[in-house]
Amino acid sequence: MARIFAYILHSNGELDDSALELLAAAKRIDPDADVTAIVTGSGIDDVCGKAAQSYKTVWKIDNEALSYPNAEVVRKALVNILPADSIVLLPHDHFGMDLGPGLSIKMDSSFVSDVVDIEKVEGNTLKVIRQEFTGQVSTHVHCDISSGAVVNMRPGVCQPAEGQAGEVVDKSGEAGDLSAKRKFVEIQEAEAGEVDITKSDVLVSVGRGIEDEDNLEIVFELAGAMGADVSCSRPIVDAKWLEKARQVGTSGKTVKPKLYMALGISGSFQHVGGVKGNPFIVAINKNPKAPIFQVADVGVEADILEFVPELTEKIKEL
Amino acid sequence: MEILVCAKRVPDTAENEIEINSAGNDIKRDDLVYSVNEWDNYAVEEAIQIVEKHGGSVTVVTVGDDESEEILRREMAMGAENGILLTDEAFEGSDGKGIAALLKAAVEKGNYDLIMTGAQADEGYAQVGGMLAAMLDYPYASLVNKIEVGDGKLTVGREIEGGNIEINEIELPCVLSIQTGINEPRYVGIRGIRKVASVNIPAMGASDLGIDPASVGADAAGVKRIDYFVPEMGEGAQMLEGSDDEILEKLIELLKSKGGIK
Ligand SMILES: Cc1cc2nc3c(=O)[nH]c(=O)nc-3n(C[C@H](O)[C@H](O)[C@H](O)COP(=O)(O)OP(=O)(O)OC[C@H]3O[C@@H](n4cnc5c(N)ncnc54)[C@H](O)[C@@H]3O)c2cc1C
Ligand SMILES: Nc1ncnc2c1ncn2[C@@H]1O[C@H](COP(=O)(O)O)[C@@H](O)[C@H]1O
Repeated sequence: MARIFAYILHSNGELDDSALELLAAAKRIDPDADVTAIVTGSGIDDVCGKAAQSYKTVWKIDNEALSYPNAEVVRKALVNILPADSIVLLPHDHFGMDLGPGLSIKMDSSFVSDVVDIEKVEGNTLKVIRQEFTGQVSTHVHCDISSGAVVNMRPGVCQPAEGQAGEVVDKSGEAGDLSAKRKFVEIQEAEAGEVDITKSDVLVSVGRGIEDEDNLEIVFELAGAMGADVSCSRPIVDAKWLEKARQVGTSGKTVKPKLYMALGISGSFQHVGGVKGNPFIVAINKNPKAPIFQVADVGVEADILEFVPELTEKIKEL
Repeated sequence: MEILVCAKRVPDTAENEIEINSAGNDIKRDDLVYSVNEWDNYAVEEAIQIVEKHGGSVTVVTVGDDESEEILRREMAMGAENGILLTDEAFEGSDGKGIAALLKAAVEKGNYDLIMTGAQADEGYAQVGGMLAAMLDYPYASLVNKIEVGDGKLTVGREIEGGNIEINEIELPCVLSIQTGINEPRYVGIRGIRKVASVNIPAMGASDLGIDPASVGADAAGVKRIDYFVPEMGEGAQMLEGSDDEILEKLIELLKSKGGIK
């Protein structure tokens, strides 16, 4: 069986949540695997030490050019260092999406992304489960790993693995030429909005099911009657109907309310990924098969354009 | 600037519920409404805006069947000058690498400074742009939500977590995958579509592209979807049932008990 590697994301000296999730994923591919963690960056002895508490082998690639994880530079280092036919695990987030596809081309290996479950390996075939149409249907997918693979795992689907302590091996000398045609400049922080939804106890969150900007009024009226704040899914921000600061999700805010009401939101992993702290979730959606009903505690199959004004009326009568 | 935008015709999920057919080997396609992949529409709009400011032209390319021509026309009605349809029985069942290899061949037939894809399409892979860039040996940035044109290079913003933006400088020619929300795609009316109804859209097959048919398509695919299925669900939500009034009453009780009504 090919050697398995997990790329470790880290920031401010801390391992990303994905670090131990990928170890779990690797064990699903091969329970006996000695999984190797790869840590890149500049001045990363501490982080490598943390990774070595769970990974038997940690490959350290320390280089000034890697001080920010620019996918093009990381890819060059990995292509120089990884053996042929490797299986490389990445998180399917803004970094893994940037790195994974191109890495698989340069490694001449297969690529499979947004994997939600790993079934098994049979011969040279890795059998995994993915979803399509923002989670509306699931699919069995077979991936040929005869010349290796890059596998992007959906964040949060694997429980972090325990692992065994191991040692750090310095591979910095093998990184090779790290010049790049894409240069990192800076991070621009998100602008603050008129409300800070990360502080809200009760959120009434609205998605594309609201259909029209004018209809947002019924959502604000409900929130007003409940004493809640209004948040939303991404398409509402894309359409410029609400400000970015109200967007819940992986590319928006992480919220920790006690109660979360999802109105006309399908429940994509990028949206639900921003709802933390195990709130009580109420979903209202006209499609009884919408994935949001899998994560909600209570569901109502209804047209929000009709149901929400009725609910507001009743609450006002209290 | 000569810009090539890659676009895919996909079922419109805002309009349809996606259901699996009885054999489990496909979704029910009969009544689906198709449109251009949402992300690709933002890419075309961005390309048009760049050309409006800096000159050049926009070409839209798709790999698909005869019906895929309609999305090329739609994007041409928005303002793209040219459309190219890559179509051949040999292309059917291609995986991401196959699609990227076909698009690479199309890129090499032209003289483009900038190639754009959407961040992802209906299958949620988010792979074709990055693969295409690596095959071309062009630099790549994904999830782009901001572009400024400079001299021989672009300054691009990538959307990262928490609504933060990662600013990069990237040399031309390059490939960018475009994130939704980067702009406000213009409206296309019936009149616009009519204007381009009779424009000739060249179709290219394997031999036109100089592609070995055996190197793409289902047989060459290293990554294959075996079937569609509905997973065994956990408990899921408790669905409130009854008359409208009963549902409202139950919901309000729940909201009260969970501190949802202040
Ligand atoms: C890199 C990346 C990052 C992303 N980050 C985020 C993020 O941070 N946050 C986020 O939200 N998304 C994010 N997305 C987008 C995400 O993948 C989904 O596209 C998005 O969450 C869908 O939003 P939605 O549920 O409102 O819309 P849809 O998926 O279109 O769902 C609309 C729902 O409304 C229902 N509906 C329609 N009409 C009615 C009605 N009248 N009454 C009741 N129900 C109705 C439909 O049945 C459907 O379930 C990201 C995507 C990518 C690629
Ligand atoms: N059949 C296709 N024809 C043209 N472009 C495509 C095709 N499939 C995918 N793409 C491009 O690749 C992007 C990402 O799609 P995917 O990698 O399939 O998630 C899309 O937004 C398109 O720009």
